[in-house]
Amino acid sequence: MTIPGQPSASPEPAAPLLKVDGLVKHFPITKGLLRRRTGAVQAVDGLTFDVRPGETLGVVGESGCGKSTMGRLITRLLEPTAGRIEFEGRDITHLGVAAMRPMRRDVQMIFQDPYSSLNPRHTVGTIVGAPFRLQGITPEGGVKKEVQRLLGLVGLNPEHYNRYPHEFSGGQRQRIGIARALALKPKLVVADEPVSALDVSIQAQVVNLLDDLQEELGLTYVIIAHDLSVIRHVSDRIAVMYLGKIVELADRTPLYTAPLHPYTRALLSAVPVPDPARRTRRTREPAGGGGRILLRGDVPSPISPPSGCRFHTRCWKATEICAREEPPLLTLRPGHAAACHHPEDGGDSGARGAVT
Amino acid sequence: MTTAPVPAPGHPPDAFLEVRDLRIHFPTDDGLVRSVDGLSFRLEKGRTLGIVGESGSGKSVTSLGIMGLHTVGQYGRRRARISGEIWLDGKELMSADPDEVRRLRGREMAMIFQDPLSAMHPYFTVGAQIVEAYRVHHDVDKKTARKRAVELLDRVGIPQPDQRADDYPHQFSGGMRQRAMIAMALVNNPELLIADEPTTALDVTVQAQILDLIRDLQQEFGSAVIIITHDLGVVAELADDILVMYGGRCVERGPAEQVFHRPQHPYTWGLLGSMPRIDREQTERLIPVKGSPPSLIDMPPGCAFSPRCPYADVPAGGITRTERPELALVPGTDGHHSACHMTHEERARIWTEEIAPKL
Ligand SMILES: Nc1ncnc2c1ncn2[C@@H]1O[C@H](COP(=O)(O)OP(=O)(O)OP(=O)(O)O)[C@@H](O)[C@H]1O
Ligand SMILES: Nc1ncnc2c1ncn2[C@@H]1O[C@H](COP(=O)(O)OP(=O)(O)O)[C@@H](O)[C@H]1O
Ligand code: SF4
Ligand code: SF4
Ligand SMILES: [Mg+2]
Ligand SMILES: [Mg+2]
Repeated sequence: MTIPGQPSASPEPAAPLLKVDGLVKHFPITKGLLRRRTGAVQAVDGLTFDVRPGETLGVVGESGCGKSTMGRLITRLLEPTAGRIEFEGRDITHLGVAAMRPMRRDVQMIFQDPYSSLNPRHTVGTIVGAPFRLQGITPEGGVKKEVQRLLGLVGLNPEHYNRYPHEFSGGQRQRIGIARALALKPKLVVADEPVSALDVSIQAQVVNLLDDLQEELGLTYVIIAHDLSVIRHVSDRIAVMYLGKIVELADRTPLYTAPLHPYTRALLSAVPVPDPARRTRRTREPAGGGGRILLRGDVPSPISPPSGCRFHTRCWKATEICAREEPPLLTLRPGHAAACHHPEDGGDSGARGAVT
Repeated sequence: MTTAPVPAPGHPPDAFLEVRDLRIHFPTDDGLVRSVDGLSFRLEKGRTLGIVGESGSGKSVTSLGIMGLHTVGQYGRRRARISGEIWLDGKELMSADPDEVRRLRGREMAMIFQDPLSAMHPYFTVGAQIVEAYRVHHDVDKKTARKRAVELLDRVGIPQPDQRADDYPHQFSGGMRQRAMIAMALVNNPELLIADEPTTALDVTVQAQILDLIRDLQQEFGSAVIIITHDLGVVAELADDILVMYGGRCVERGPAEQVFHRPQHPYTWGLLGSMPRIDREQTERLIPVKGSPPSLIDMPPGCAFSPRCPYADVPAGGITRTERPELALVPGTDGHHSACHMTHEERARIWTEEIAPKL
């Protein structure tokens, strides 16, 4: 969430806070009493990316493309099937519960649903103070005082310490979840759809709060969302996912103004714009001229994803090579990578593939 | 949606659909929930009305009320207290025989729900359900009805409709189910179509397909359409007129272009400022509305928006907190109404000087 216009990619990027390489998560599908393995949901299938200290990486994509699974893998709430995760240079891919405990302080998660992620039988004080108990830490001045400070930090009344979650609105509950995530002064916060369950007017309150906290506490965020307008507002860099893969990874402005992957272009063109004057223009324009691209059908199943480029069943640019060969995620411009044989800038990587 | 000269109560209007002073209240253990509290609007054939508002503002209760379904909605069969008039094509529905309303439902008016699974029966094939919906209103044999069902499935973009008609709803993806429900709603060429959050559960690419479909179908059949949503982007895509609801009442309504480009109510400004916009230069900060939506059991006195309104002290004498502002025509406009105690000049100045530049 840097100031607009200020380039986020500094010339000499600092060492990444989080480094992910070839990350895979397959959920086995079993059948019958013997729980015979009959296949797998390829929820996340080979993700490689970095998260730089102090930045916000936005992750966007349609339902079921593996965003939440990615979030739960990098916070190590799920065990990866393959690949490697490094936090501050340390391999945390297969750390056990005990070895992860000190790491838990540094990496925290905020969940989508402010209703189900808070235990209804616990007071706000107990909920926000839980991380201290789990870690066996007594903050300076005692738990209660620290919890009240945290409640104030997220814009809640510290007097509400003894209240229960049901006494709060959705936006306030999301603030409670944020206070809990910040208790141990984490370095990295992974937020999975932090505002999508909230009303528009409340959404903006929480987006601004996340923004302020980042500035105040020097936090690094990975923010997962399906709303492309929200993602543009909060992110410095953005990863676009499709069926378990990153198809495009770029700084915010180039991603929104000059996307390289056909899927990103289609996604952007599908966003309804709150301006009735634009409607007629958009629908009259032919596809390709900045008008709306209507994709065919739905996202295929991650149990048996399409061969080659996973988007080829819905892509209007697909050629024979697309069904055959998986396009690698290549840096096509500085700070801008895409996985496509026929990227939007005309530089055809498919031509290269076809020769070999 | 034109202005005041609303005919006297009990007299048929000239509009295709006219809702007059609709009130739907639910007695509950906690008190009386005033879900809809004095709503009036009209809609012509061939036009689309967008109803926007946050969750709990009374959008779904309004639509179920028009359909005569207020007792079977998502909140169970609680006894609703309902008053007002609903005129559809010259007939008043509230005082009509329930059997008559049932006949109209599905034939003259049809509805698309947010959750297609709740509107479709899990044990019957998609095709059988569309056939049934058709045969209730048309005396035709099964074969003719099936032909009609397949034709509609094809029309809403279901691939291989002849085969897919024999699938059960759970065999369809979310987007396909939504399309199948649209097919079912349209099978009798209804003159009024109400779509309640028809795309809220869908991905943006599928949403674009469905919005396109609704737009095409309306042009083809010339029906009147009400689209209900919390997403200002979706209404901007479809609606000719917009009605903004807050706490069970209309706070602003008018032609879409005017409501988006010269909004005349602080709550509408709040909605616009809260929303990050992909079609504009990036703003540094969103402008949220403070506080949260009101309780429909215990509405604030005066203007329901006053506890959250940054301009509540602009009208003199604290009138905003004691007297409820009525919906009034914005001077010099064609059918743009707003319910706010500030003068038209004050609102115009605040909009152009303080709000618009920050969006
Ligand atoms: N525990 C599990 N067992 C089996 N399959 C799973 C499991 N968790 C997730 N999946 C599947 O993995 C895929 C990716 O799921 P994920 O929750 O990561 O999607 P998402 O991108 O977060 O979607 P949404 O936008 O709907 O939240 C989906 O097909 C999902 O059904
Ligand atoms: N049967 C009912 N009994 C009590 N309250 C109800 C009932 N139906 C709706 N409500 C209340 O009416 C209000 C408006 O609901 P609704 O129209 O569904 O809102 P939305 O604008 O989100 O569609 C809500 O506060 C809801 O809880
Ligand atoms: S690789 Fe081929 S199918 Fe995939 S996005 Fe690029 S052009 Fe489309
Ligand atoms: S009547 Fe008063 S409180 Fe209500 S919107 Fe107008 S200025 Fe704000
Ligand atoms: Mg998810
Ligand atoms: Mg609703």
